[in-house]
Amino acid sequence: MEKIPILKLGDFLLVTIQVDMHDRLALALQDDLSSRVVSSGARGVLIDISALEIVDSFIGRMLGNIAAISAVLDAVTVVVGMRPAVAITLVELGISLKKVRTALNVEKGMELLRQAFEPRSQNQ
Amino acid sequence: MNDAVHSRLAEIINKHESDILKEWLDNQRAEGTLTKGLEADVQQQSREFLASLKNSLRQGRSDIMAPEWTDLRDLLTNLSRNRMQQGFTPSQTGTFIFSLKQPLFERLRKEFGQDAHGLAQEIWTATVLMDKLGLWTTEAYQKTREAVIARQQQDMLELSTPVVKLWHGILALPLIGTLDSERTQVVMESLLQQIVDTGADIAIIDITGVPLVDTLVAQHLLKTVAAARLMGADCIISGIRPQIAQTIVHLGVELGDVITKATLADAFAVALTRRGFAVQSIKT
Repeated sequence: MEKIPILKLGDFLLVTIQVDMHDRLALALQDDLSSRVVSSGARGVLIDISALEIVDSFIGRMLGNIAAISAVLDAVTVVVGMRPAVAITLVELGISLKKVRTALNVEKGMELLRQAFEPRSQNQ
Repeated sequence: MNDAVHSRLAEIINKHESDILKEWLDNQRAEGTLTKGLEADVQQQSREFLASLKNSLRQGRSDIMAPEWTDLRDLLTNLSRNRMQQGFTPSQTGTFIFSLKQPLFERLRKEFGQDAHGLAQEIWTATVLMDKLGLWTTEAYQKTREAVIARQQQDMLELSTPVVKLWHGILALPLIGTLDSERTQVVMESLLQQIVDTGADIAIIDITGVPLVDTLVAQHLLKTVAAARLMGADCIISGIRPQIAQTIVHLGVELGDVITKATLADAFAVALTRRGFAVQSIKT
Protein backbone atom coordinates (compact mmCIF):
# COMPACT_ATOMS: atom_id res chain seq x y z
CA MET A 1 0.00 0.00 0.00
CA GLU A 2 1.21 3.50 -0.78
CA LYS A 3 2.35 5.59 2.11
CA ILE A 4 2.88 9.26 2.70
CA PRO A 5 6.48 9.87 3.78
CA ILE A 6 7.16 11.80 6.96
CA LEU A 7 10.58 13.49 6.91
CA LYS A 8 12.40 14.70 9.97
CA LEU A 9 14.00 18.09 9.60
CA GLY A 10 15.74 19.12 12.80
CA ASP A 11 13.03 19.71 15.34
CA PHE A 12 10.30 19.62 12.77
CA LEU A 13 8.49 16.96 10.80
CA LEU A 14 7.78 17.57 7.13
CA VAL A 15 4.84 15.81 5.48
CA THR A 16 4.36 16.37 1.78
CA ILE A 17 1.22 14.94 0.30
CA GLN A 18 2.07 14.23 -3.32
CA VAL A 19 -0.80 11.96 -4.21
CA ASP A 20 -4.51 12.44 -4.11
CA MET A 21 -5.67 11.52 -0.64
CA HIS A 22 -8.18 8.77 -0.21
CA ASP A 23 -9.83 7.94 3.04
CA ARG A 24 -7.62 5.04 4.07
CA LEU A 25 -4.46 6.93 3.22
CA ALA A 26 -5.60 9.80 5.40
CA LEU A 27 -6.29 7.49 8.32
CA ALA A 28 -2.87 5.84 7.88
CA LEU A 29 -1.22 9.26 7.83
CA GLN A 30 -2.99 10.20 11.04
CA ASP A 31 -1.64 7.05 12.72
CA ASP A 32 1.88 7.41 11.35
CA LEU A 33 2.17 11.08 12.14
CA SER A 34 0.96 10.82 15.70
CA SER A 35 3.42 8.05 16.48
CA ARG A 36 6.24 9.92 14.72
CA VAL A 37 5.58 13.08 16.70
CA VAL A 38 5.86 11.12 19.91
CA SER A 39 8.88 9.03 18.91
CA SER A 40 10.88 11.94 17.46
CA GLY A 41 9.80 14.51 20.00
CA ALA A 42 9.18 16.99 17.19
CA ARG A 43 8.05 20.46 18.15
CA GLY A 44 6.57 21.45 14.84
CA VAL A 45 4.80 19.73 11.96
CA LEU A 46 4.63 21.13 8.46
CA ILE A 47 2.03 19.61 6.13
CA ASP A 48 2.47 20.53 2.47
CA ILE A 49 -0.68 19.98 0.45
CA SER A 50 0.34 21.86 -2.68
CA ALA A 51 -0.19 18.75 -4.82
CA LEU A 52 -3.63 18.09 -3.40
CA GLU A 53 -6.22 18.97 -6.02
CA ILE A 54 -9.36 17.34 -4.75
CA VAL A 55 -10.73 17.45 -1.22
CA ASP A 56 -14.00 16.26 0.19
CA SER A 57 -15.49 16.86 3.60
CA PHE A 58 -13.78 13.79 5.02
CA ILE A 59 -10.27 14.77 3.89
CA GLY A 60 -10.95 18.32 5.07
CA ARG A 61 -11.91 17.03 8.49
CA MET A 62 -8.89 14.71 8.55
CA LEU A 63 -6.58 17.66 7.93
CA GLY A 64 -8.17 19.39 10.90
CA ASN A 65 -7.91 16.27 13.02
CA ILE A 66 -4.28 15.62 12.16
CA ALA A 67 -3.46 19.19 13.12
CA ALA A 68 -5.44 18.93 16.34
CA ILE A 69 -3.69 15.67 17.27
CA SER A 70 -0.23 17.17 16.78
CA ALA A 71 -1.36 20.16 18.81
CA VAL A 72 -2.38 17.87 21.64
CA LEU A 73 1.09 16.29 21.43
CA ASP A 74 2.49 19.81 21.79
CA ALA A 75 3.72 20.28 18.25
CA VAL A 76 2.79 23.40 16.30
CA THR A 77 1.17 22.45 13.02
CA VAL A 78 1.25 24.51 9.85
CA VAL A 79 -0.65 23.55 6.70
CA VAL A 80 1.00 25.07 3.63
CA GLY A 81 0.46 25.34 -0.11
CA MET A 82 -3.30 25.03 -0.25
CA ARG A 83 -4.59 25.67 -3.76
CA PRO A 84 -7.23 28.37 -4.32
CA ALA A 85 -9.78 25.82 -5.55
CA VAL A 86 -9.21 23.65 -2.49
CA ALA A 87 -9.55 26.64 -0.16
CA ILE A 88 -12.85 27.65 -1.78
CA THR A 89 -14.15 24.08 -1.56
CA LEU A 90 -13.27 23.78 2.12
CA VAL A 91 -14.93 27.10 2.91
CA GLU A 92 -18.03 26.07 1.00
CA LEU A 93 -18.06 22.82 2.96
CA GLY A 94 -17.94 24.87 6.14
CA ILE A 95 -14.50 23.63 7.16
CA SER A 96 -12.42 26.66 8.06
CA LEU A 97 -9.64 24.83 9.97
CA LYS A 98 -9.70 27.57 12.59
CA LYS A 99 -7.19 25.89 14.89
CA VAL A 100 -4.61 25.27 12.19
CA ARG A 101 -1.95 27.74 11.17
CA THR A 102 -1.57 28.23 7.46
CA ALA A 103 1.06 29.60 5.10
CA LEU A 104 1.33 30.07 1.37
CA ASN A 105 4.32 27.79 0.77
CA VAL A 106 6.84 25.58 2.53
CA GLU A 107 9.32 28.42 2.89
CA LYS A 108 6.86 30.71 4.63
CA GLY A 109 5.60 27.81 6.71
CA MET A 110 9.13 27.07 7.94
CA GLU A 111 9.58 30.71 8.80
CA LEU A 112 6.35 30.62 10.77
CA LEU A 113 7.50 27.53 12.68
CA ARG A 114 10.88 29.08 13.45
CA GLN A 115 9.24 32.28 14.64
CA ALA A 116 7.05 30.26 16.98
CA PHE A 117 10.14 28.88 18.72
CA GLU A 118 12.44 31.83 18.56
CA PRO A 119 13.03 33.73 21.73
CA ARG A 120 10.56 36.57 22.15
CA SER A 121 13.25 39.24 22.10
CA GLN A 122 13.63 39.04 18.33
CA ASN A 123 10.02 39.84 17.68
CA GLN A 124 9.63 42.67 20.06
CA MET B 1 -48.71 22.48 -47.65
CA ASN B 2 -48.44 21.04 -51.07
CA ASP B 3 -45.38 21.22 -53.21
CA ALA B 4 -47.12 22.40 -56.38
CA VAL B 5 -47.96 25.69 -54.75
CA HIS B 6 -44.42 26.15 -53.70
CA SER B 7 -42.89 25.52 -57.04
CA ARG B 8 -45.30 28.14 -58.38
CA LEU B 9 -44.07 30.73 -55.89
CA ALA B 10 -40.48 30.08 -56.88
CA GLU B 11 -41.39 30.28 -60.51
CA ILE B 12 -43.19 33.61 -60.08
CA ILE B 13 -40.32 35.13 -58.17
CA ASN B 14 -37.96 33.92 -60.84
CA LYS B 15 -40.06 35.42 -63.60
CA HIS B 16 -40.41 38.85 -62.05
CA GLU B 17 -37.25 38.94 -60.00
CA SER B 18 -35.97 42.33 -61.17
CA ASP B 19 -39.40 44.01 -60.86
CA ILE B 20 -39.98 42.62 -57.38
CA LEU B 21 -36.51 43.71 -56.35
CA LYS B 22 -37.08 47.22 -57.67
CA GLU B 23 -40.44 47.65 -55.94
CA TRP B 24 -39.13 46.08 -52.78
CA LEU B 25 -36.27 48.55 -52.66
CA ASP B 26 -38.74 51.37 -53.33
CA ASN B 27 -40.81 50.18 -50.40
CA GLN B 28 -37.79 50.02 -48.15
CA ARG B 29 -36.88 53.54 -49.23
CA ALA B 30 -40.39 54.69 -48.39
CA GLU B 31 -40.16 53.08 -44.97
CA GLY B 32 -36.98 54.99 -44.33
CA THR B 33 -34.87 51.91 -43.74
CA LEU B 34 -32.81 52.53 -46.86
CA THR B 35 -30.62 55.41 -45.80
CA LYS B 36 -28.22 56.97 -48.26
CA GLY B 37 -24.95 55.45 -47.13
CA LEU B 38 -26.34 51.95 -46.98
CA GLU B 39 -28.15 51.82 -50.30
CA ALA B 40 -25.56 49.69 -52.06
CA ASP B 41 -25.41 47.29 -49.13
CA VAL B 42 -29.16 46.90 -48.89
CA GLN B 43 -29.47 46.37 -52.63
CA GLN B 44 -26.86 43.66 -52.45
CA GLN B 45 -28.57 42.07 -49.44
CA SER B 46 -31.99 42.19 -51.07
CA ARG B 47 -30.67 40.61 -54.25
CA GLU B 48 -28.98 37.85 -52.33
CA PHE B 49 -32.09 37.32 -50.25
CA LEU B 50 -34.33 36.91 -53.28
CA ALA B 51 -31.92 34.52 -54.96
CA SER B 52 -31.59 32.48 -51.81
CA LEU B 53 -35.35 32.50 -51.22
CA LYS B 54 -35.90 31.22 -54.73
CA ASN B 55 -33.38 28.45 -54.26
CA SER B 56 -34.85 27.36 -50.97
CA LEU B 57 -38.40 27.42 -52.34
CA ARG B 58 -37.34 25.17 -55.21
CA GLN B 59 -36.39 22.50 -52.68
CA GLY B 60 -40.07 22.42 -51.90
CA ARG B 61 -40.24 22.54 -48.11
CA SER B 62 -41.90 25.34 -46.23
CA ASP B 63 -40.30 24.64 -42.85
CA ILE B 64 -37.67 27.34 -42.56
CA MET B 65 -35.79 25.29 -39.96
CA ALA B 66 -35.12 22.62 -42.61
CA PRO B 67 -31.54 22.26 -43.88
CA GLU B 68 -32.54 23.65 -47.31
CA TRP B 69 -33.05 27.01 -45.67
CA THR B 70 -29.71 27.19 -43.90
CA ASP B 71 -28.24 29.70 -46.36
CA LEU B 72 -31.20 32.01 -46.08
CA ARG B 73 -31.23 31.77 -42.29
CA ASP B 74 -27.52 32.60 -42.11
CA LEU B 75 -28.06 35.52 -44.43
CA LEU B 76 -30.80 36.90 -42.21
CA THR B 77 -28.79 36.34 -39.03
CA ASN B 78 -25.85 38.28 -40.48
CA LEU B 79 -28.17 40.98 -41.71
CA SER B 80 -29.83 41.54 -38.35
CA ARG B 81 -26.49 41.52 -36.58
CA ASN B 82 -25.18 44.21 -38.94
CA ARG B 83 -28.35 46.25 -38.62
CA MET B 84 -28.19 46.09 -34.84
CA GLN B 85 -24.64 47.39 -34.90
CA GLN B 86 -25.70 50.18 -37.22
CA GLY B 87 -28.38 51.19 -34.74
CA PHE B 88 -31.53 49.98 -36.47
CA THR B 89 -34.56 49.23 -34.30
CA PRO B 90 -36.09 45.73 -34.32
CA SER B 91 -39.09 46.97 -36.35
CA GLN B 92 -36.83 48.54 -38.94
CA THR B 93 -34.97 45.26 -39.17
CA GLY B 94 -38.21 43.33 -39.49
CA THR B 95 -39.43 45.74 -42.17
CA PHE B 96 -36.72 44.40 -44.44
CA ILE B 97 -38.73 41.20 -44.80
CA PHE B 98 -42.23 42.57 -44.46
CA SER B 99 -41.82 45.21 -47.14
CA LEU B 100 -41.29 42.38 -49.61
CA LYS B 101 -44.88 41.24 -49.12
CA GLN B 102 -46.53 43.97 -51.14
CA PRO B 103 -44.57 43.55 -54.42
CA LEU B 104 -44.73 39.79 -54.07
CA PHE B 105 -48.51 39.71 -53.57
CA GLU B 106 -48.95 42.14 -56.44
CA ARG B 107 -47.18 39.73 -58.77
CA LEU B 108 -49.17 36.81 -57.44
CA ARG B 109 -52.40 38.66 -58.11
CA LYS B 110 -51.41 39.36 -61.69
CA GLU B 111 -50.29 35.79 -62.29
CA PHE B 112 -53.39 34.13 -60.92
CA GLY B 113 -55.85 36.61 -62.44
CA GLN B 114 -59.35 35.21 -61.99
CA ASP B 115 -58.31 32.11 -60.06
CA ALA B 116 -59.43 33.42 -56.66
CA HIS B 117 -59.03 30.12 -54.91
CA GLY B 118 -55.47 29.57 -56.13
CA LEU B 119 -54.56 33.17 -55.31
CA ALA B 120 -55.90 32.98 -51.77
CA GLN B 121 -53.99 29.79 -51.12
CA GLU B 122 -50.78 31.11 -52.61
CA ILE B 123 -51.00 34.37 -50.67
CA TRP B 124 -51.58 32.44 -47.48
CA THR B 125 -48.52 30.29 -48.09
CA ALA B 126 -46.45 33.34 -48.87
CA THR B 127 -47.70 35.23 -45.79
CA VAL B 128 -46.88 32.36 -43.47
CA LEU B 129 -43.45 32.10 -45.01
CA MET B 130 -42.73 35.84 -44.79
CA ASP B 131 -43.95 35.96 -41.21
CA LYS B 132 -41.68 33.10 -40.25
CA LEU B 133 -38.72 34.76 -41.91
CA GLY B 134 -39.58 38.08 -40.28
CA LEU B 135 -39.80 36.47 -36.87
CA TRP B 136 -36.52 34.72 -37.46
CA THR B 137 -34.92 38.10 -38.20
CA THR B 138 -36.30 39.62 -35.02
CA GLU B 139 -35.19 36.64 -33.05
CA ALA B 140 -31.68 36.87 -34.46
CA TYR B 141 -31.67 40.58 -33.59
CA GLN B 142 -32.69 39.75 -30.04
CA LYS B 143 -30.08 37.04 -29.70
CA THR B 144 -27.34 39.38 -30.82
CA ARG B 145 -28.51 41.89 -28.22
CA GLU B 146 -28.57 39.28 -25.49
CA ALA B 147 -25.06 38.21 -26.39
CA VAL B 148 -23.94 41.82 -25.99
CA ILE B 149 -25.64 42.09 -22.60
CA ALA B 150 -24.13 38.84 -21.39
CA ARG B 151 -20.68 40.02 -22.45
CA GLN B 152 -21.12 43.32 -20.68
CA GLN B 153 -22.23 41.54 -17.53
CA GLN B 154 -19.10 39.43 -17.64
CA ASP B 155 -16.99 42.53 -18.21
CA MET B 156 -18.61 44.22 -15.27
CA LEU B 157 -17.93 41.24 -13.04
CA GLU B 158 -14.28 41.32 -13.95
CA LEU B 159 -13.93 45.08 -13.86
CA SER B 160 -15.55 45.42 -10.49
CA THR B 161 -13.20 43.06 -8.70
CA PRO B 162 -9.68 44.35 -9.13
CA VAL B 163 -7.05 43.06 -6.74
CA VAL B 164 -4.29 45.64 -6.26
CA LYS B 165 -0.89 45.23 -4.74
CA LEU B 166 -0.30 48.01 -2.21
CA TRP B 167 3.11 46.93 -1.05
CA HIS B 168 5.25 43.82 -1.07
CA GLY B 169 3.06 41.16 0.47
CA ILE B 170 0.07 43.45 0.93
CA LEU B 171 -2.96 43.19 -1.35
CA ALA B 172 -6.05 45.37 -1.40
CA LEU B 173 -9.44 44.38 -2.71
CA PRO B 174 -11.67 47.43 -3.11
CA LEU B 175 -15.20 46.12 -3.46
CA ILE B 176 -17.76 48.22 -5.28
CA GLY B 177 -21.42 47.30 -5.59
CA THR B 178 -23.57 44.66 -3.98
CA LEU B 179 -21.99 41.35 -3.12
CA ASP B 180 -24.08 38.42 -4.32
CA SER B 181 -22.98 34.81 -4.39
CA GLU B 182 -21.80 34.97 -7.97
CA ARG B 183 -19.65 38.03 -7.37
CA THR B 184 -18.31 36.59 -4.14
CA GLN B 185 -17.14 33.60 -6.12
CA VAL B 186 -15.32 35.82 -8.63
CA VAL B 187 -13.88 38.00 -5.86
CA MET B 188 -12.69 34.97 -3.94
CA GLU B 189 -11.12 33.36 -6.97
CA SER B 190 -9.26 36.47 -8.08
CA LEU B 191 -8.08 37.24 -4.55
CA LEU B 192 -6.79 33.72 -3.96
CA GLN B 193 -5.09 33.65 -7.33
CA GLN B 194 -3.39 36.96 -6.58
CA ILE B 195 -2.27 35.65 -3.19
CA VAL B 196 -0.61 32.74 -4.97
CA ASP B 197 0.91 34.96 -7.67
CA THR B 198 2.29 37.66 -5.39
CA GLY B 199 2.92 35.59 -2.29
CA ALA B 200 1.04 38.10 -0.19
CA ASP B 201 0.58 37.65 3.58
CA ILE B 202 -2.05 40.29 4.15
CA ALA B 203 -5.15 41.17 2.18
CA ILE B 204 -7.22 44.27 2.89
CA ILE B 205 -10.85 43.97 1.84
CA ASP B 206 -12.22 47.48 1.47
CA ILE B 207 -16.01 47.71 1.53
CA THR B 208 -16.36 51.48 1.16
CA GLY B 209 -18.18 50.91 -2.13
CA VAL B 210 -20.57 48.26 -0.83
CA PRO B 211 -23.90 50.04 -0.33
CA LEU B 212 -25.47 47.52 1.98
CA VAL B 213 -24.19 44.85 4.32
CA ASP B 214 -26.78 42.34 5.42
CA THR B 215 -26.27 38.92 6.94
CA LEU B 216 -25.79 37.34 3.52
CA VAL B 217 -23.16 39.85 2.42
CA ALA B 218 -21.41 39.48 5.77
CA GLN B 219 -21.43 35.73 5.34
CA HIS B 220 -19.89 36.12 1.89
CA LEU B 221 -17.21 38.40 3.31
CA LEU B 222 -16.40 35.95 6.07
CA LYS B 223 -16.18 33.12 3.53
CA THR B 224 -13.64 35.12 1.55
CA VAL B 225 -11.66 35.82 4.72
CA ALA B 226 -11.72 32.14 5.70
CA ALA B 227 -10.55 31.05 2.24
CA ALA B 228 -7.70 33.57 2.26
CA ARG B 229 -6.69 32.38 5.72
CA LEU B 230 -6.54 28.80 4.48
CA MET B 231 -4.01 30.01 1.94
CA GLY B 232 -1.94 31.57 4.67
CA ALA B 233 -3.02 35.19 4.25
CA ASP B 234 -4.62 37.31 6.95
CA CYS B 235 -7.47 39.60 6.03
CA ILE B 236 -8.37 43.03 7.28
CA ILE B 237 -11.82 44.44 6.51
CA SER B 238 -11.76 48.20 6.06
CA GLY B 239 -13.98 51.01 4.86
CA ILE B 240 -16.81 50.31 7.26
CA ARG B 241 -19.13 53.30 7.27
CA PRO B 242 -20.96 54.31 10.45
CA GLN B 243 -24.34 53.09 9.18
CA ILE B 244 -22.83 49.80 8.10
CA ALA B 245 -21.25 49.33 11.52
CA GLN B 246 -24.67 49.90 13.10
CA THR B 247 -26.35 47.45 10.74
CA ILE B 248 -23.73 44.81 11.45
CA VAL B 249 -24.28 45.09 15.19
CA HIS B 250 -28.06 45.27 14.94
CA LEU B 251 -28.18 42.19 12.76
CA GLY B 252 -25.97 40.37 15.22
CA VAL B 253 -23.40 39.51 12.57
CA GLU B 254 -20.38 37.86 14.16
CA LEU B 255 -17.24 38.98 12.40
CA GLY B 256 -15.20 36.70 14.65
CA ASP B 257 -11.55 37.53 15.03
CA VAL B 258 -11.29 39.41 11.75
CA ILE B 259 -9.58 42.76 12.14
CA THR B 260 -11.85 45.62 11.10
CA LYS B 261 -10.81 49.19 10.44
CA ALA B 262 -12.77 52.31 9.56
CA THR B 263 -10.60 53.41 6.68
CA LEU B 264 -8.29 51.83 4.16
CA ALA B 265 -5.45 54.02 5.47
CA ASP B 266 -5.78 52.56 8.97
CA ALA B 267 -5.84 49.06 7.57
CA PHE B 268 -2.77 49.78 5.46
CA ALA B 269 -0.93 51.08 8.52
CA VAL B 270 -1.72 47.87 10.42
CA ALA B 271 -0.61 45.79 7.44
CA LEU B 272 2.69 47.69 7.15
CA THR B 273 3.41 47.26 10.84
CA ARG B 274 2.73 43.52 10.55
CA ARG B 275 5.18 43.28 7.68
CA GLY B 276 7.73 45.21 9.68
CA PHE B 277 7.55 48.48 7.76
CA ALA B 278 6.81 51.98 8.95
CA VAL B 279 5.95 55.17 7.14
CA GLN B 280 8.12 58.06 8.15
CA SER B 281 8.05 61.74 7.31
CA ILE B 282 11.21 62.83 5.53
CA LYS B 283 10.84 66.44 6.63
CA THR B 284 12.48 67.32 9.88
